[in-house]
Amino acid sequence: MNIAPDGLCVEKVHVWRGDRHVLRGVSLAVRAGELMHVSGPNGTGKTTLLRVVSGLLRPENGSVHWQGRSIAAAPAEYQAALAYASHEPALKGDLTALENLRFTVGLKRRVSAAELRSSLDRTGVPGCADLPARVLSAGQRRRVAMARVLAFRADLWLLDEPFTNLDGAGSALVSALLAEHVGRGGVALVVAHHELNVAAQTRRLELA
Amino acid sequence: MWTWFYKLASPPHVYGVAAALTPWFSALAALAIGYGTIAGLAFAPPDYQQGDAFRIIYVHAPAAWLSLFAYTTMAVAGGIGLIWRIKMGHAVAAATAPIGASFTLLALVTGSLWGRPMWGTYWAWDPRLTSELILLFLYIGVMSLRPAFEDPGRGDRAAALLSIVGVVNVPIIHYSVLWWNSLHQGATVAKIGKPAMPGSMLWPLLSMLLGFMLFYGAVLCIRVRGEVLNRERQAAWVREAVKT
Amino acid sequence: MTAATTAAAAPGAPVIKVGVQNAFLLVLRRELALSFRRPDQLLQPLVFFLIVTTLFPLGLSVQLSLLRDMAPGVLWVAALLSSLLSLDALFKSDADDGTLEQLALAGQGLYVIVMAKTLAHWLVSGAALVLASPLVGTALAIPEMAFGTMMLSLTLGTLTLSWLGAIGAGLTVGLKRGNVLLSLIVLPLAMPLLIFGAGATDRAISGTSAAGALYLLAALCVLTFTLAPFAATAALRISLE
Repeated sequence: MNIAPDGLCVEKVHVWRGDRHVLRGVSLAVRAGELMHVSGPNGTGKTTLLRVVSGLLRPENGSVHWQGRSIAAAPAEYQAALAYASHEPALKGDLTALENLRFTVGLKRRVSAAELRSSLDRTGVPGCADLPARVLSAGQRRRVAMARVLAFRADLWLLDEPFTNLDGAGSALVSALLAEHVGRGGVALVVAHHELNVAAQTRRLELA
Repeated sequence: MWTWFYKLASPPHVYGVAAALTPWFSALAALAIGYGTIAGLAFAPPDYQQGDAFRIIYVHAPAAWLSLFAYTTMAVAGGIGLIWRIKMGHAVAAATAPIGASFTLLALVTGSLWGRPMWGTYWAWDPRLTSELILLFLYIGVMSLRPAFEDPGRGDRAAALLSIVGVVNVPIIHYSVLWWNSLHQGATVAKIGKPAMPGSMLWPLLSMLLGFMLFYGAVLCIRVRGEVLNRERQAAWVREAVKT
Repeated sequence: MTAATTAAAAPGAPVIKVGVQNAFLLVLRRELALSFRRPDQLLQPLVFFLIVTTLFPLGLSVQLSLLRDMAPGVLWVAALLSSLLSLDALFKSDADDGTLEQLALAGQGLYVIVMAKTLAHWLVSGAALVLASPLVGTALAIPEMAFGTMMLSLTLGTLTLSWLGAIGAGLTVGLKRGNVLLSLIVLPLAMPLLIFGAGATDRAISGTSAAGALYLLAALCVLTFTLAPFAATAALRISLE
C-alpha cells in the first residue's frame, strides 16, 4: 500500500479491548478534498477507529500517517491540524457556549470573541453564546460543538455521529459545512450509522 | 547478542523457560533453606545479649530483603511492559505482586515477634518499620488497582505506573537506619569491610537469604506460567499446551 | 503542508499559535471559573476540615494540655482527608462530559493541562485550608507562636498532596467508585508528609527549632513537584485510552 503524500493513511490497525479483537487490521486512505464515511453496526469499533486516528488510543499494531508522517512523531503538530468531535457534545455545563469555545479553541490558536461568535452564528445558535451550556437543548449543544469544529480551522475533521439530535435544518447545515470543508481541500472522517447526503467526493468504509 | 532478551517477549518461550527453571529453583531452594535452618537453629551459638531469641533473624532478614527485591522486580517488569509495550513484563509484575506482599507481611510479623523480647514492644513507629508498613500498603494498592479496570491492558499499565511511583520507598526503607536515629539495628551484613557477625551465625543467614531468593524464583516461575496461560488463553499454543 | 491542505484553512487571518504560558493561564482561568461557579462545592472540603477537627476534642474530651499534644496530628490528618475528598473531582468531571479529550487534543500536551489543573485545585482547596488553619489551631489549643510554622508546613504539605493526588486521580479517573481506590493509593504515599508536617508543628509548639522537619518537607515538596506531573500525565494518558 502506498502512503499518500498528502492526506490521512491508516495501515493495518489492530486494537484489542481485553479479549475482544475490536479492530482487525483496518486500513484506509483519505486524500485532500475527500470525505470518508465510516459505517457499520453497533460495537464494530467505529468510535475506537476514530480515537486511534485522533491519537488518543495507541493501537497494538499498525500505524497512522498524516501527510506522510507518523502521528506519533509530532503529536502537537498533528493535533494543531485536527478537529475532533466526539459522540457527546463535550461542553462544560457551567460555562457559556462562548467560554466553552474560548477555553478549547483558545488553546490551539489565538482567537477573538468576535470570531467565535461568528462561528456560533454560522451554525445557527448566535443567541446561545452567553447562555450556560446546561440550559441548551441537545440540538443546540450539537450545533455549538459543530461551531467549535469550525472555529478550530483544522485541515482534518474527525466527527463521531455529528448528526445526532439535529433536526432537518441542522442535518442539512452539517452536510453543507462538510461539503464546504472538503471542497476547500480539507479531509474529513465521519462516523455515521445512517446514509450521508453530502455534496462531496465520498468514500465509504464499512466495518463488520 | 540480544536475541535471548527479545525471545522473552514471546509468551510460549517464557512459559517454557519458567517450566524448565522451576524444578531447579525448587531443589536448590530446599537445599539452601534446609542447611540454613538446621545450621541456624542447631549449630549457631546463642547471642551473648539476646540468647536464642536472635534466631528469628533467619526468617525475618531474608523476608525483609525479599520484600524489597520483589517490589523492585515488580516495578522493573511493569516498567518494561509500560515503556516497551512487552506484555510479558506485565505478566511477571502481576505474578510477583502477591508473593512480595506475603514476604512483606512475613517480615512485619516476624519483626513484631522479635520486637517483643528485644525492645519490649510488638510495634514501634520508627522509620524502618513505618516505611516497611507503607510498602505493604503500596503492594495492596497495586494489587487493587489492576483488577479495577474493565480492560486488563489498561489495568496492567496503571498498576505498572503506580508501582514505579512507589519504588521511591525502597531506598527509603533500606537507608532509614542510616539516615535516622532508628530503634531498628543498623546494617549487619552489607557493610564495607568485615560484617559484624561471626561466621557460624553468618553462613546460615546467607544460606537462608539465597534459599529465600530461590524459593521466590520457583514460586514466581509457577505463577508466571499461570499468568501466561490466563492472558494468552485465546492463542492456539495454549490450547495445545493445556491438552497434554 | 502542501498547497492543497493549506487551502483548507478558512481565508482570513493567519493562525497564531498559543505559547505554553498563555495556555497554562487559560486552563488555570478555566478551572477557577468552573470552581467559583459552584460556590457550594467550593466550600465543602473546608467545612469538612472544620468538622473533622472538632470531632477529636469532642470525642476524646481531654484536658487542654493533652489536646495541645494531639493537635498537630489531628490538624494534619484532617487536612489530608479533606484534600482527598476534593481530589476525586480533579479530572472526573472533565472525563465524564468528554471535555478532557478536547483538552488532551488541544495541541498543548497533557503536561501543561495537568500543571494548571493541579495548581487550580491547590488554590481552591489547599490554600483555603492554610488560611483556615489559625481558626482550627485556636480550637485545638495550639499556641499562637506556632502558627507560622503550622501554616508554612501546611502550605508545603497541601501542595505536595495536590501533586501526589493528581497521580492517583489520573489513575482512577475512569473507574466507578474510584474515590476509595484513590485514597488507598494516595494515603501511603502521603504518610511521610504527615510525619514531617506534624513533626514540624509539634516542634514549634514545644519551642524547639522546626527547621529540620521543614527542610525535609520542602525537599519532599520540590521532589514531588518535579516528578509527579510526569507520572500524572502518564496516568491520564493511560486512562484516556
